[in-house]
Amino acid sequence: MAKYLLLKHYRGAPAPVNDVPMDQWTPEEISAHFQFMEDFAARLQDTGEFVDGQALSPEGSWVRYDGEGRPPVTDGPFAETKDLIAGWMVIDVDSHDRAVELAGELSAAPGAGGKPIHEWLEVRPFLAAPPTVTE
Amino acid sequence: MDEALLRSLTPSVIGVLVRRGADFAAAEDAVQDALLEALRVWPEQPPREPKSWLVTVAWRKFLDTVRADTSRRRREARVGEEPGPGPGEAADDTLQLYFLCAHPSLTPASAVALTLRAVGGLTTRQIAQAYLVPEPTMAQRISRAKRTVAEVRFDQPGDVRTVLRVLYLVFNEGYSGDVDLAAEAIRLTRELAARIDHEEVAGLLALMLLHHARRPARWGADGSLVPLAEQDRSRWDTRMIAEGVDILQAALARDRLGEFQAQAAIAALHADAARADETDWPQIVEWYDELVRLTGSPVARLNRAVAVGEADGARAGLAALAGLDPGLPRHTAVSAYLRERDGDAVTAARLYAEAARAAPNLAERDHLLRQAARLNAALRA
Repeated sequence: MAKYLLLKHYRGAPAPVNDVPMDQWTPEEISAHFQFMEDFAARLQDTGEFVDGQALSPEGSWVRYDGEGRPPVTDGPFAETKDLIAGWMVIDVDSHDRAVELAGELSAAPGAGGKPIHEWLEVRPFLAAPPTVTE
Repeated sequence: MDEALLRSLTPSVIGVLVRRGADFAAAEDAVQDALLEALRVWPEQPPREPKSWLVTVAWRKFLDTVRADTSRRRREARVGEEPGPGPGEAADDTLQLYFLCAHPSLTPASAVALTLRAVGGLTTRQIAQAYLVPEPTMAQRISRAKRTVAEVRFDQPGDVRTVLRVLYLVFNEGYSGDVDLAAEAIRLTRELAARIDHEEVAGLLALMLLHHARRPARWGADGSLVPLAEQDRSRWDTRMIAEGVDILQAALARDRLGEFQAQAAIAALHADAARADETDWPQIVEWYDELVRLTGSPVARLNRAVAVGEADGARAGLAALAGLDPGLPRHTAVSAYLRERDGDAVTAARLYAEAARAAPNLAERDHLLRQAARLNAALRA
């Protein structure tokens, strides 16, 4: 088994096929989209492949250390930051092929006109624990 | 509280319930419930007869479920309130469970989960923790696995090789949580070896023991992975090595070589060297030749190239590597190692950094990064 992160972007991913901003959808289309995501997660729970799913607010701050005894510096959000992560799903599957298959299904989530968004999702393998037998 | 005893009793208790008429899925659920109750109750009230206790409680749980499930009224009538005498302890119940839980219709992950629960007597929570997935996910994985094998006859003979694959996976995959899965895999393989006379079962058990014996030396104080050549061999478990070697020799004497015996033989040759530079590399290369012949595995060919590099020099190792697919996992790391030994530190440093980016786990990535950093520092000086 191997864990994969299916990463969804607000921006930074290549443009999807059905590229209509969400605020231009009908309310029913938005509901259908969220229902699809919930059903997808529930199905993965049933197949024993679901680990985690979370959505992130697009708003955040940047924080860094500013030296001994000083409070951290906060800044941002920076409009020029290319990648903006919207959320993720973590799956535990038998193969990379299966991870790709599932990401493909998730990318079919409906958008404007009830048609699949064909959104680009990033599939990233987790760094696992090392195997015992190596030679 | 003897959790080991509880675990070891699990498969035979499932066997008793199946013999009394419960189907496997229901019997397994009932025994898991009984196991959870034992974990609760036994610390305060240890039973006089642990197995009878488990059978009684599991049977009661089974009947409760049957009663609660109105759609199963017919079955209730058939099974009856009082258990029939049934055949006594059947030595094969546990063996049949090994086969069922490793049935070829199951995916590897399902077979691993089902084996750990039904044969290993682990709780769903322990298995979920070990594989870092939520408990409901693991519960679903197990119940789907049980549905998959629902039509498989319990007394159907199975292929021991599929069982060995599953046990190898349990042993070899990284794990976390409070259950030592490597030790658990060894226990389950031991139990299997006691029930079935097969040279590859012995081979796998030997392989596990020979690798497990090195575990104290595999990790540095800072949590980093220590490569075989740099391990403090005085920390290897010599008793475990001796046991592994004995088991392996008895298996090899039967002259039916298989991949686990060949792998164990390689591990035994490493174990036999008091210092890394006393390793009998020419003989290890011969075992890799056998392994390649037996499996055709590209990974075995890659490891063989490392061994050739040690036996006949880095040039020979690079030549052995030349014919292999550069896309193989760890190909770049092996290439880096052989380049450095061939005196090409510049290329080696670049390849180590490249290998680190492609490393499948943190420990290897960190190790490869340190190798690149070490060479780069030397090149700067």
